[in-house]
Amino acid sequence: MGEPLIYTYDIDGEDFTRAGEASSSVKNRLKMLGVDSAAIRKTAIAMYEGEINMVIHADGGTITVIISDDAITMVLADRGPGIPDIEKAMQEGYSTARPEVRSLGFGAGMGLPNMKRFTDEMKIDTVIGQGTTITMKVYLHSDGL
Amino acid sequence: MTIKEMQEVLDARFLYGEELADLDAQYVFSADMMSDVLAFCGKCSVLITGLCNPQVVRTAEMLDICCIIFVRGKLPDENMLALARGKSIAVLATSHYMFTTCGILYENGLRGGA
Repeated sequence: MGEPLIYTYDIDGEDFTRAGEASSSVKNRLKMLGVDSAAIRKTAIAMYEGEINMVIHADGGTITVIISDDAITMVLADRGPGIPDIEKAMQEGYSTARPEVRSLGFGAGMGLPNMKRFTDEMKIDTVIGQGTTITMKVYLHSDGL
Repeated sequence: MTIKEMQEVLDARFLYGEELADLDAQYVFSADMMSDVLAFCGKCSVLITGLCNPQVVRTAEMLDICCIIFVRGKLPDENMLALARGKSIAVLATSHYMFTTCGILYENGLRGGA
């Protein structure tokens, strides 16, 4: 493929009904590029969970997706409250989401664990009061593009 | 089992996707928590849920689900149906409860498949 493709999305933190539009767009782009369907599925699930998290917890932010020959990299950056205890946040079932978020089908403490489950690498950088940046990578096989 | 057959045994209504009625499915997942669907849906291509908001359709889209069955008489709004149309996801609505819906489909040979 040569030069990596880079796409940036602004995530609106106000509108829950629009959450997922960026993930949908990335999924379509990957399909058009002929990326392996298992990698598309992993990327779509992980990015969608991340996108939902940005709306629920951080009032939106920015997602940058870099598609190169060997991997899909997603960088999710927000200016939210930060994650006080990453180890706890990674436990399935642990959630700090408001009850109304649960009534929308999320906030069950599966977001971060799902993001880890469906990616090959995940790194969390967080500063309390300043924001969180999560970098996730899904590897592509050499014949993936 | 085709979507059409599911519609018949569940006394369900097609809200969208009658042209998709011949699609065949073997595995089904049911939940109201979309994070559980994302985590455990595996190879399932049909989603049964009582949750009714646009994120249900988004979740189905991420997982390449071909049919959503809304239970307990829940009816998606036009915005949700437009989203489903855009992604070619069939939408059925039944008045059965979730347990009954799952039981009827299980009796007819469908299985859960993580």
